[in-house]
Amino acid sequence: MTDLVLAQSLTIDERISQAMDPISSVIEGIVFYSVPVAGVNLPLIVLWLVAAGAFFTVYLGFLNVRGPRHAIELVRGDYTDPNDAGEVTHFQALATAVSGTVGLGNIAGVAVAIAIGGPGATVWMIIAGLLGMSSKMAECTLGVKYRRTRPDGTVSGGPMYYLEKGIAEVTGRVRTGRFLAIFFSIACIGGAIGGGNMFQANQATAQIIAVTGGADSPLTGLRWVVGLAFAIAVGAVIIGGIKSIARVTEKLVPIMAGVYLLAAAIVILFNIPAIPAAIGEILAGAFGFSSVGGGLIGALIVGFQRAAFSNEAGIGSAAIAHSAVKTNHPSTEGHVALLEPFIDTVVVCTATALIIVISGAYLDPVAGELGGVALTSAAFATVLPWFPNVLAIAVIAFAFSTMLTWSYYGMKATGYLFGDSETAETAFKMVFCVFVIVGASLSLGPVIGISDSMIFLMAIPNVLGMYILARSLKKEIMGYRANVADGTIAKVGELDH
Amino acid sequence: MGIVILVGVDGSDAGNRAVAYARDRAKALDGKVVLAHVIPWSPYSFTTPEDNEERPKRRAAELAAAEEQVMAPAAAVVGDDVPCIPVVKHGDRVDVLLDLAREHGASQILVGRTGENRLRTAVFGSVPSHLVQLADVPVTVVP
Repeated sequence: MTDLVLAQSLTIDERISQAMDPISSVIEGIVFYSVPVAGVNLPLIVLWLVAAGAFFTVYLGFLNVRGPRHAIELVRGDYTDPNDAGEVTHFQALATAVSGTVGLGNIAGVAVAIAIGGPGATVWMIIAGLLGMSSKMAECTLGVKYRRTRPDGTVSGGPMYYLEKGIAEVTGRVRTGRFLAIFFSIACIGGAIGGGNMFQANQATAQIIAVTGGADSPLTGLRWVVGLAFAIAVGAVIIGGIKSIARVTEKLVPIMAGVYLLAAAIVILFNIPAIPAAIGEILAGAFGFSSVGGGLIGALIVGFQRAAFSNEAGIGSAAIAHSAVKTNHPSTEGHVALLEPFIDTVVVCTATALIIVISGAYLDPVAGELGGVALTSAAFATVLPWFPNVLAIAVIAFAFSTMLTWSYYGMKATGYLFGDSETAETAFKMVFCVFVIVGASLSLGPVIGISDSMIFLMAIPNVLGMYILARSLKKEIMGYRANVADGTIAKVGELDH
Repeated sequence: MGIVILVGVDGSDAGNRAVAYARDRAKALDGKVVLAHVIPWSPYSFTTPEDNEERPKRRAAELAAAEEQVMAPAAAVVGDDVPCIPVVKHGDRVDVLLDLAREHGASQILVGRTGENRLRTAVFGSVPSHLVQLADVPVTVVP
């Protein structure tokens, strides 16, 4: 009987995999159209995102370096009017956005980057994170500037609104704006289902199987059952409206992130003698002096790609989360958003990369096959043998919270396309739950393919819109900074003087 | 001008007894009453995107509910003889009451006894006990 169930369920997993494979490769082929550079394929979409980060870094006068101080003052509430108590604060908008981005990209994605690109990918990942701060600032400022407040007071924003309203306002090209907004919304629904859902479900399931015994786990071959359990939990929140689950997750994520960073610090401390060699490996790999990994270009591409996937800068998703903040100046949230890629990539991703390199876990001959969470897990286990169990809980919490956040992004995009129709939004939520099961059942390869391509597709209309709106954006941000500098906008309590 | 008495209200019977006590004190001393209700809220809590989207709507609903369920009954206790300033705010109950006391120049703070169980009070303290510890003016707790 057990054998029969096993055989049947294996076919379910395999059948789902077989059905998705061709779709995955077609989408991947289009989005990741690559040109060979120095013998390595450079996907143009990665160049597109990095170029946007570099452009906005220079165009906005290196606010990714000069802005964070003001961002911290804003998050602390130094500029918040006390009469706004009870509204969405900068801290809350940032925390919500961060809990959507800090997820498996930081654990699994980074492991994949090191496994494929070598330790050198770390450096390029950090650089991409720093450049991403500028893109994030640009998109979140626009998100607040062109957000929509409904008559009942609810607030929605995001690329679909700034692409439509902003482009129409700045260039008068109503149809261009509308086209890009629709393009973005469709890609966003795909991204929500791909990276925001299937990738998360897949890696969370892999982790559950790994801690319940790996190949001997009773759940091996029954991945879809784990997926079903996740789908029910997600459905309970997004369709059933059981908010308590979402609230618990929102509180669990920051705690797990703290535990994760603490554990990473312990692993690093236990390996202090290995640090100089690890840093040497990382730098040598980054600039092409190492035989490990894919050389300079390989490390660069993988590093950039994983950073972009993890912090979502230029993708446009965060603009949706940041838009609900209570502020009279869109640039305030732009500043706050600077901190997001910093926390996500420069802090959390780097922590993961360091422990993988320092522990030498990536040198394991099967590192490439291990990929994802398993590699990170192995790196932690070198010092903290019990940590994989904690990591499993963290992975599940991160994955679940990312799924909830992305279901919201997808729902907002659906809402935009269908005029806030509740039927359309409910239909989207149901499809979303089905894809939780699909994602859990697939093997990692096709899932990464679909997830990456759908998420990166969002960057095409979003970054294009950001370029079109760049001049008005710069005026907005520079005007705000001038007002802060001359005291027109002052800290609370300093206005009286 | 007479004295200013700040009363913290939460819709409870003890809170309204504190209001009655404040009214009598204000009447006797030719003063006025500041009626304050604080809706517990923290700027640093973790929220979901849906929470954030609906926050302005929720906040308005919370303020309306506070007016109707807490402030109106408390104002009825004060009556028309004594001048009364109603305030409803979001925040930490202790911090907001202390700020309001300073802002209005209150010479005393009145609150009802919250009647929380001992364990809870031992761990978290109670609003009256925190006020007693931190206030610049006398605090009266009405049972």
